[in-house]
Amino acid sequence: MDNLSYLFAAYAIIFAVIFGYVLFIWRRQVALEAELRAIEARMTALDQAVGAARAVESRTAS
Amino acid sequence: MSGRGVRLGLGLVAGALMLVALYMVFVYVPTEADQGIVQRIFYFHVPCAWVAFVSFALVAIAGIFYLWLGQQVWDDLGYAAAETGMVFCTLVLVTGSIWAKPIWGAWWTWDSRLTTTLILWLLYGGYLMLRAMAGDSEQGARFGAVVGIVAAIDVPIVIVSVRLWRTIHPAVLVTRQGGHGLEDPRMVATLLVSLAAFTALFIWLLCLRFVTLRMHTRLNALTRSLALAEAAAQDT
Repeated sequence: MDNLSYLFAAYAIIFAVIFGYVLFIWRRQVALEAELRAIEARMTALDQAVGAARAVESRTAS
Repeated sequence: MSGRGVRLGLGLVAGALMLVALYMVFVYVPTEADQGIVQRIFYFHVPCAWVAFVSFALVAIAGIFYLWLGQQVWDDLGYAAAETGMVFCTLVLVTGSIWAKPIWGAWWTWDSRLTTTLILWLLYGGYLMLRAMAGDSEQGARFGAVVGIVAAIDVPIVIVSVRLWRTIHPAVLVTRQGGHGLEDPRMVATLLVSLAAFTALFIWLLCLRFVTLRMHTRLNALTRSLALAEAAAQDT
Protein backbone atom coordinates (compact mmCIF):
# COMPACT_ATOMS: atom_id res chain seq x y z
CA MET A 1 0.00 0.00 0.00
CA ASP A 2 1.60 3.30 -1.04
CA ASN A 3 1.10 6.57 0.85
CA LEU A 4 -1.53 7.80 -1.61
CA SER A 5 -3.67 4.77 -0.74
CA TYR A 6 -3.45 5.65 2.98
CA LEU A 7 -4.48 9.22 2.22
CA PHE A 8 -7.38 8.02 0.05
CA ALA A 9 -8.47 5.48 2.69
CA ALA A 10 -8.50 8.12 5.46
CA TYR A 11 -10.63 10.60 3.50
CA ALA A 12 -12.93 7.89 2.12
CA ILE A 13 -13.61 6.59 5.64
CA ILE A 14 -14.28 10.10 6.98
CA PHE A 15 -16.89 10.82 4.29
CA ALA A 16 -18.41 7.32 4.44
CA VAL A 17 -18.89 7.56 8.23
CA ILE A 18 -20.36 11.08 8.04
CA PHE A 19 -22.67 10.07 5.19
CA GLY A 20 -23.75 6.96 7.11
CA TYR A 21 -24.50 9.02 10.21
CA VAL A 22 -26.56 11.56 8.23
CA LEU A 23 -28.47 8.68 6.63
CA PHE A 24 -29.09 7.13 10.06
CA ILE A 25 -30.47 10.44 11.44
CA TRP A 26 -32.58 11.07 8.32
CA ARG A 27 -34.15 7.57 8.44
CA ARG A 28 -34.83 7.95 12.17
CA GLN A 29 -36.45 11.34 11.55
CA VAL A 30 -38.70 9.99 8.79
CA ALA A 31 -39.81 7.07 11.03
CA LEU A 32 -40.51 9.41 13.97
CA GLU A 33 -42.50 11.82 11.77
CA ALA A 34 -44.65 8.90 10.60
CA GLU A 35 -45.19 7.72 14.21
CA LEU A 36 -46.07 11.28 15.31
CA ARG A 37 -48.59 11.66 12.47
CA ALA A 38 -50.18 8.29 13.37
CA ILE A 39 -50.49 9.13 17.06
CA GLU A 40 -51.88 12.61 16.32
CA ALA A 41 -54.48 11.03 14.02
CA ARG A 42 -55.44 8.58 16.80
CA MET A 43 -55.81 11.48 19.25
CA THR A 44 -57.99 13.44 16.83
CA ALA A 45 -60.16 10.33 16.25
CA LEU A 46 -60.48 9.79 20.01
CA ASP A 47 -61.44 13.45 20.55
CA GLN A 48 -64.12 13.15 17.88
CA ALA A 49 -65.45 9.88 19.33
CA VAL A 50 -65.64 11.36 22.85
CA GLY A 51 -67.31 14.50 21.48
CA ALA A 52 -69.88 12.43 19.61
CA ALA A 53 -70.57 10.25 22.67
CA ARG A 54 -71.10 13.35 24.82
CA ALA A 55 -73.49 14.83 22.24
CA VAL A 56 -75.53 11.60 22.24
CA GLU A 57 -75.50 11.58 26.06
CA SER A 58 -76.74 15.17 26.31
CA ARG A 59 -79.48 14.52 23.73
CA THR A 60 -80.63 11.41 25.64
CA ALA A 61 -80.62 13.29 28.94
CA SER A 62 -82.73 16.13 27.53
CA MET B 1 -36.89 31.46 9.21
CA SER B 2 -38.23 28.04 10.22
CA GLY B 3 -36.19 25.41 12.07
CA ARG B 4 -36.07 23.31 8.91
CA GLY B 5 -34.75 26.32 6.96
CA VAL B 6 -32.03 26.97 9.54
CA ARG B 7 -30.93 23.32 9.38
CA LEU B 8 -30.88 23.42 5.57
CA GLY B 9 -28.81 26.62 5.68
CA LEU B 10 -26.37 25.07 8.16
CA GLY B 11 -26.02 22.00 5.95
CA LEU B 12 -25.28 24.16 2.91
CA VAL B 13 -22.70 26.24 4.82
CA ALA B 14 -21.03 23.06 6.12
CA GLY B 15 -21.00 21.54 2.62
CA ALA B 16 -19.54 24.68 1.03
CA LEU B 17 -16.84 24.99 3.70
CA MET B 18 -16.02 21.31 3.30
CA LEU B 19 -15.52 21.75 -0.47
CA VAL B 20 -13.18 24.72 0.16
CA ALA B 21 -11.29 22.68 2.78
CA LEU B 22 -10.92 19.74 0.36
CA TYR B 23 -9.61 22.07 -2.35
CA MET B 24 -7.05 23.52 0.08
CA VAL B 25 -5.96 20.10 1.38
CA PHE B 26 -5.46 18.52 -2.04
CA VAL B 27 -4.48 21.49 -4.24
CA TYR B 28 -3.47 24.57 -2.27
CA VAL B 29 -1.35 23.38 0.67
CA PRO B 30 2.33 22.38 0.09
CA THR B 31 3.44 18.84 0.86
CA GLU B 32 5.15 18.46 4.22
CA ALA B 33 8.88 17.72 3.94
CA ASP B 34 9.34 14.70 6.25
CA GLN B 35 6.05 12.84 6.07
CA GLY B 36 5.10 13.56 2.47
CA ILE B 37 1.58 13.28 1.10
CA VAL B 38 0.21 11.25 4.02
CA GLN B 39 0.61 14.30 6.29
CA ARG B 40 -2.49 15.72 4.55
CA ILE B 41 -4.56 13.42 6.78
CA PHE B 42 -3.63 15.85 9.57
CA TYR B 43 -5.91 18.59 8.12
CA PHE B 44 -9.02 16.48 8.79
CA HIS B 45 -7.67 14.46 11.74
CA VAL B 46 -7.10 17.53 13.96
CA PRO B 47 -10.55 19.09 13.25
CA CYS B 48 -12.18 15.71 14.07
CA ALA B 49 -10.39 15.77 17.44
CA TRP B 50 -11.39 19.40 18.05
CA VAL B 51 -15.05 18.64 17.31
CA ALA B 52 -14.99 15.51 19.50
CA PHE B 53 -13.59 17.54 22.43
CA VAL B 54 -16.24 20.25 21.97
CA SER B 55 -18.96 17.55 21.85
CA PHE B 56 -17.82 15.92 25.07
CA ALA B 57 -17.52 19.30 26.83
CA LEU B 58 -21.10 19.95 25.71
CA VAL B 59 -22.19 16.57 27.13
CA ALA B 60 -20.75 17.61 30.51
CA ILE B 61 -22.37 21.08 30.41
CA ALA B 62 -25.74 19.62 29.40
CA GLY B 63 -25.36 16.98 32.15
CA ILE B 64 -24.77 19.66 34.80
CA PHE B 65 -27.83 21.61 33.64
CA TYR B 66 -29.94 18.42 33.52
CA LEU B 67 -28.99 17.48 37.09
CA TRP B 68 -29.59 21.07 38.22
CA LEU B 69 -32.83 21.90 36.37
CA GLY B 70 -34.19 18.44 35.55
CA GLN B 71 -35.40 19.59 32.12
CA GLN B 72 -35.58 16.94 29.39
CA VAL B 73 -34.19 19.36 26.80
CA TRP B 74 -30.74 19.24 28.50
CA ASP B 75 -30.75 15.45 28.48
CA ASP B 76 -31.62 15.44 24.76
CA LEU B 77 -28.81 17.93 24.07
CA GLY B 78 -26.29 15.83 26.06
CA TYR B 79 -27.34 12.63 24.32
CA ALA B 80 -27.12 14.24 20.87
CA ALA B 81 -23.67 15.71 21.66
CA ALA B 82 -22.37 12.37 23.00
CA GLU B 83 -23.47 10.51 19.88
CA THR B 84 -22.06 13.13 17.51
CA GLY B 85 -18.85 13.26 19.56
CA MET B 86 -18.49 9.49 19.30
CA VAL B 87 -18.71 9.67 15.50
CA PHE B 88 -15.85 12.20 15.41
CA CYS B 89 -13.82 10.45 18.14
CA THR B 90 -14.05 7.23 16.09
CA LEU B 91 -12.79 9.15 13.04
CA VAL B 92 -9.88 10.54 15.10
CA LEU B 93 -8.79 7.03 16.09
CA VAL B 94 -9.26 5.58 12.59
CA THR B 95 -7.54 8.41 10.67
CA GLY B 96 -4.75 8.54 13.27
CA SER B 97 -4.21 4.83 12.84
CA ILE B 98 -4.12 5.14 9.04
CA TRP B 99 -1.56 7.96 9.35
CA ALA B 100 0.51 5.96 11.87
CA LYS B 101 0.99 2.91 9.64
CA PRO B 102 3.23 4.54 6.97
CA ILE B 103 4.89 6.95 9.43
CA TRP B 104 5.50 4.72 12.49
CA GLY B 105 5.23 1.38 10.72
CA ALA B 106 2.41 0.26 13.03
CA TRP B 107 -1.36 0.80 13.06
CA TRP B 108 -1.36 1.32 16.82
CA THR B 109 1.03 1.97 19.68
CA TRP B 110 0.28 2.47 23.38
CA ASP B 111 1.42 6.07 23.26
CA SER B 112 -0.03 8.43 25.91
CA ARG B 113 -2.04 10.52 23.41
CA LEU B 114 -3.45 7.46 21.67
CA THR B 115 -4.21 5.62 24.90
CA THR B 116 -6.00 8.56 26.55
CA THR B 117 -8.01 9.10 23.35
CA LEU B 118 -9.00 5.42 23.31
CA ILE B 119 -10.05 5.74 26.97
CA LEU B 120 -12.17 8.77 26.01
CA TRP B 121 -13.80 6.74 23.22
CA LEU B 122 -14.49 3.84 25.61
CA LEU B 123 -15.95 6.20 28.25
CA TYR B 124 -18.45 7.76 25.84
CA GLY B 125 -19.12 4.35 24.30
CA GLY B 126 -20.09 3.32 27.83
CA TYR B 127 -22.29 6.41 28.11
CA LEU B 128 -24.15 5.49 24.90
CA MET B 129 -24.50 1.84 25.98
CA LEU B 130 -25.90 2.96 29.33
CA ARG B 131 -28.42 5.21 27.59
CA ALA B 132 -29.41 2.44 25.19
CA MET B 133 -29.89 -0.04 28.05
CA ALA B 134 -31.78 2.41 30.29
CA GLY B 135 -34.26 3.35 27.55
CA ASP B 136 -36.29 6.48 28.26
CA SER B 137 -36.15 6.21 32.05
CA GLU B 138 -35.42 9.28 34.16
CA GLN B 139 -32.89 7.27 36.17
CA GLY B 140 -30.99 6.39 32.98
CA ALA B 141 -30.87 10.08 32.06
CA ARG B 142 -29.51 10.99 35.52
CA PHE B 143 -26.86 8.25 35.46
CA GLY B 144 -25.98 9.30 31.90
CA ALA B 145 -25.52 12.91 33.02
CA VAL B 146 -23.14 11.80 35.79
CA VAL B 147 -21.13 9.55 33.44
CA GLY B 148 -20.99 12.36 30.84
CA ILE B 149 -19.62 14.81 33.42
CA VAL B 150 -17.04 12.37 34.85
CA ALA B 151 -15.90 11.20 31.40
CA ALA B 152 -15.24 14.79 30.29
CA ILE B 153 -12.34 14.92 32.79
CA ASP B 154 -10.40 12.85 30.23
CA VAL B 155 -10.64 15.62 27.59
CA PRO B 156 -8.00 17.94 29.17
CA ILE B 157 -5.89 14.85 29.96
CA VAL B 158 -5.86 13.94 26.24
CA ILE B 159 -4.88 17.52 25.35
CA VAL B 160 -1.97 17.77 27.82
CA SER B 161 -0.87 14.12 27.51
CA VAL B 162 1.88 15.02 25.00
CA ARG B 163 3.39 17.37 27.59
CA LEU B 164 2.82 15.19 30.66
CA TRP B 165 4.32 11.94 29.38
CA ARG B 166 6.95 10.81 26.90
CA THR B 167 5.23 10.43 23.55
CA ILE B 168 5.95 9.82 19.90
CA HIS B 169 2.78 11.62 18.83
CA PRO B 170 3.87 14.64 16.75
CA ALA B 171 3.59 18.01 18.43
CA VAL B 172 5.46 19.80 15.63
CA LEU B 173 5.79 19.31 11.90
CA VAL B 174 8.78 19.94 9.69
CA THR B 175 8.22 21.99 6.57
CA ARG B 176 10.05 21.59 3.28
CA GLN B 177 12.07 24.69 4.17
CA GLY B 178 13.37 23.01 7.30
CA GLY B 179 11.40 25.06 9.82
CA HIS B 180 9.35 23.59 12.63
CA GLY B 181 5.61 23.61 13.15
CA LEU B 182 3.06 24.98 10.73
CA GLU B 183 5.39 27.72 9.60
CA ASP B 184 4.06 27.84 6.07
CA PRO B 185 1.05 30.21 6.21
CA ARG B 186 -0.77 28.00 3.67
CA MET B 187 -0.68 25.10 6.16
CA VAL B 188 -2.11 27.35 8.88
CA ALA B 189 -4.82 28.67 6.53
CA THR B 190 -5.77 25.13 5.44
CA LEU B 191 -5.99 23.94 9.04
CA LEU B 192 -8.14 26.93 10.01
CA VAL B 193 -10.54 26.41 7.08
CA SER B 194 -10.79 22.69 7.93
CA LEU B 195 -11.51 23.57 11.56
CA ALA B 196 -14.27 25.95 10.41
CA ALA B 197 -15.71 23.31 8.05
CA PHE B 198 -15.79 20.63 10.76
CA THR B 199 -17.26 23.03 13.32
CA ALA B 200 -20.08 23.88 10.87
CA LEU B 201 -20.56 20.16 10.11
CA PHE B 202 -20.69 19.38 13.83
CA ILE B 203 -23.31 22.11 14.51
CA TRP B 204 -25.40 20.80 11.62
CA LEU B 205 -25.21 17.14 12.73
CA LEU B 206 -25.88 18.14 16.35
CA CYS B 207 -28.97 20.11 15.30
CA LEU B 208 -30.27 17.18 13.21
CA ARG B 209 -29.76 14.68 16.03
CA PHE B 210 -31.12 17.05 18.68
CA VAL B 211 -34.31 17.62 16.64
CA THR B 212 -34.73 13.83 16.28
CA LEU B 213 -34.39 13.37 20.05
CA ARG B 214 -36.88 16.20 20.71
CA MET B 215 -39.32 14.45 18.36
CA HIS B 216 -38.78 11.21 20.28
CA THR B 217 -39.48 13.01 23.58
CA ARG B 218 -42.66 14.54 22.10
CA LEU B 219 -43.74 11.13 20.82
CA ASN B 220 -43.32 9.62 24.29
CA ALA B 221 -45.38 12.43 25.86
CA LEU B 222 -48.12 12.04 23.24
CA THR B 223 -48.18 8.24 23.71
CA ARG B 224 -48.67 8.72 27.46
CA SER B 225 -51.40 11.33 26.90
CA LEU B 226 -53.16 9.04 24.41
CA ALA B 227 -53.08 6.09 26.82
CA LEU B 228 -54.58 8.26 29.57
CA ALA B 229 -57.21 9.70 27.23
CA GLU B 230 -58.17 6.22 26.00
CA ALA B 231 -58.50 4.95 29.59
CA ALA B 232 -60.63 7.97 30.52
CA ALA B 233 -62.82 7.49 27.43
CA GLN B 234 -63.39 3.82 28.34
CA ASP B 235 -64.40 4.83 31.89
CA THR B 236 -66.97 7.26 30.57
